[in-house]
Amino acid sequence: MKVVLKNVDVIHPEDKINLKGVSVLLNDGLISKIGELSKIDIEGSKEFDFSGKILVPGLFDMHVHLREPGREDEETVITGCNSAASGGFTGVACMPNTEPAIDTAEVVKFIKEQASNHLVDVYPVAAASLGRKGEIISPMAELVDAGVVAFSDDGVAIKNSSVLRTAFEYANMFNAPIIEHCEDESLADGAMNEGINSTLLGLPAIPSVAEDIIVSRDILMAEYTGGRIHIAHISTKNSVNLVREAKKKGIKVTAEVTPHHFTLTDDALKSYDTNMKMNPPLRTQEDIDAIIKGLKDGTIDCIASDHAPHSLEEKESEFQYAPNGIVGFETTVGISFSELLNKNKLSLEELIKKLSINPRKILNLPIPKFEAGELANFTILDPNFVWTVDLSKFKCKSKNSPFDKRLLTGKAVAVINRKKMFFDDRWTDLSGA
Amino acid sequence: MALSSRHLLGLQGVSKEDIQTILDTAHTFREILERPIKKVPTLQGKTIVNLFYESSTRTRISFELAEKRLSADAINFSVSGSSVSKGETFKDTIKNIEAMKVDMVVVRHAAAGTPLYLTKISSSNIINAGDGTHEHPTQALLDMYSIRQKLGRLEGLKVCIVGDIAHSRVALSNIFGLKSMGAKVSVCGPSTMIPRDIKELGVDVIYNIDEAIQENDVLNVLRIQLERKAREYFPSIREYSKYFGITQERLDKNGKDILILHPGPINRGVELSSEVADGSNQIILYQVTNGVAIRMAVLYLLGTLN
Repeated sequence: MKVVLKNVDVIHPEDKINLKGVSVLLNDGLISKIGELSKIDIEGSKEFDFSGKILVPGLFDMHVHLREPGREDEETVITGCNSAASGGFTGVACMPNTEPAIDTAEVVKFIKEQASNHLVDVYPVAAASLGRKGEIISPMAELVDAGVVAFSDDGVAIKNSSVLRTAFEYANMFNAPIIEHCEDESLADGAMNEGINSTLLGLPAIPSVAEDIIVSRDILMAEYTGGRIHIAHISTKNSVNLVREAKKKGIKVTAEVTPHHFTLTDDALKSYDTNMKMNPPLRTQEDIDAIIKGLKDGTIDCIASDHAPHSLEEKESEFQYAPNGIVGFETTVGISFSELLNKNKLSLEELIKKLSINPRKILNLPIPKFEAGELANFTILDPNFVWTVDLSKFKCKSKNSPFDKRLLTGKAVAVINRKKMFFDDRWTDLSGA
Repeated sequence: MALSSRHLLGLQGVSKEDIQTILDTAHTFREILERPIKKVPTLQGKTIVNLFYESSTRTRISFELAEKRLSADAINFSVSGSSVSKGETFKDTIKNIEAMKVDMVVVRHAAAGTPLYLTKISSSNIINAGDGTHEHPTQALLDMYSIRQKLGRLEGLKVCIVGDIAHSRVALSNIFGLKSMGAKVSVCGPSTMIPRDIKELGVDVIYNIDEAIQENDVLNVLRIQLERKAREYFPSIREYSKYFGITQERLDKNGKDILILHPGPINRGVELSSEVADGSNQIILYQVTNGVAIRMAVLYLLGTLN
């Protein structure tokens, strides 16, 4: 099938491509030509006009929970991938807090099998320790062979520093990062950020130092072992400063932030809305300011949603008893554009690096190339699209989002990958006739 | 006389006028409590559910008595722990109770914010009888009423709340209420039991109990919750009582005629010595009696609003 994407701005921040209003010719899902097309080129093709839109390397979300196996009532690999595609992502790395945990090659194969015919590439992150118990490291070599791209005990930090050391040293044989949910468990018995708001709301609280302590421990351990540490969902000012200093020293540390942690503060909890409950908890404006500074100066490498579907009946409860987490695939682009690009915090190139290029680099994955013969792996963005978040229209199975009814500017309008296209709520097979 | 809200969720943001209305109304009910026949027909035909998700004796009995003295139909619903563990969600429980056509719900719950959540899933008037470590507004109202009766005013009085401020719902409600009424509020206790940001609420922090006695007109002494997590925040009961316990000797030494309140139940020999707990400075049982009048006032003001 021949497809022409007309009048689109093509931007590839890694390969320094920046073309205005060109056409992209695809042949059976592969890139055939980018630029001016001749009559012969476009003959018999299906045309899509993307005037005013931007075509970039497919976006990648490196921190998502697809819930399968175990909680298929909340999300499956397929519904999660549908949601990811709808939000503009062509690749995801899914976390191992499934039931059973991703700690055997069989579970990795099962997940990859579920996604084998989908547009979205799914790369499992395996548990760093067996059953995420923090006792014995998982069979990392076998897991890497099965297709795992990183290791994490996800949801908790590796509690025992000796196990952490072993995980770093062993994973280093594969150059695989350890992704840490940085939180000192002994300080983290709470439901929100500690501060004046937790005092006013009477809720048990988690101090920011609970995160900072583990970030600094992990950085020191990464330095000592030469291992790679990736800080998941960074949320505090001090943690951003710790990562910045570690990078200056050449320690192999990278970091991600979620859209909610650079958008919302713990002021949002005043209504005890359980859709504002996540871990790490929403912090303060001071933390947001530090995070945005960290995004700008490269301390924070990428934006990840921490997409965490939860059932309505679990979220509709007393605040303290509600589970942590929110869905994020379908709001990440809109929030990032609205809060970072449109408020002049990041340039378009910087934003695309954080949403597409850098997560792939961290996970040792190839960056999509914009060259003839390459598989088309694109996200097409409309930076001026003004829309109101409507949870009922989301593709994900669960509807726990703090952003319902929020007015956003910027949206992904189409994705193309693995010879498939998702556009205008329709899936098209690009390899067929 | 009417309140500006149809619920009583806490004293944060409640106006001086509303508090005054409740205290004044309580005063008229207080007189009824001294009569031989202590019942009025004010809430006849109204159904009130006492929804207690956390064990409580005095607060529940106080509400129940207040409801009965107003001639309302009172129903008690007590469960321990989260409804989730019982299989039925909290929301479903509420919907079921609501389906039986109730007018008001008095709720006690270990999870902060549950009364506010109730207002979203129920159409009844909601009264907070204590939610987590958030608020306990009727306790603070009865404290304020008791102080006002004994000292004639609240405005300008110096009141210190003593004990585990960080894990107390009584403390927060007292701080909001007393400050609205123009009192000067301070807190005293071990530094581990005082929230880091408490000064943002406009209260002073004192770490020395003698200083607290010297500088205040009223001490509201909280119960140290020996059975809870709070126990982790000080080294021993002995050390607590030695440095923060109120003894007659301490009161005499500081030579002050100070009013002492306690929400009960008392840990004798911990936060109050027995001598003080039974002595002439304290008004503990007077508070309990006033509690019924305050709850009658709140139920009346909210129940006749509809």
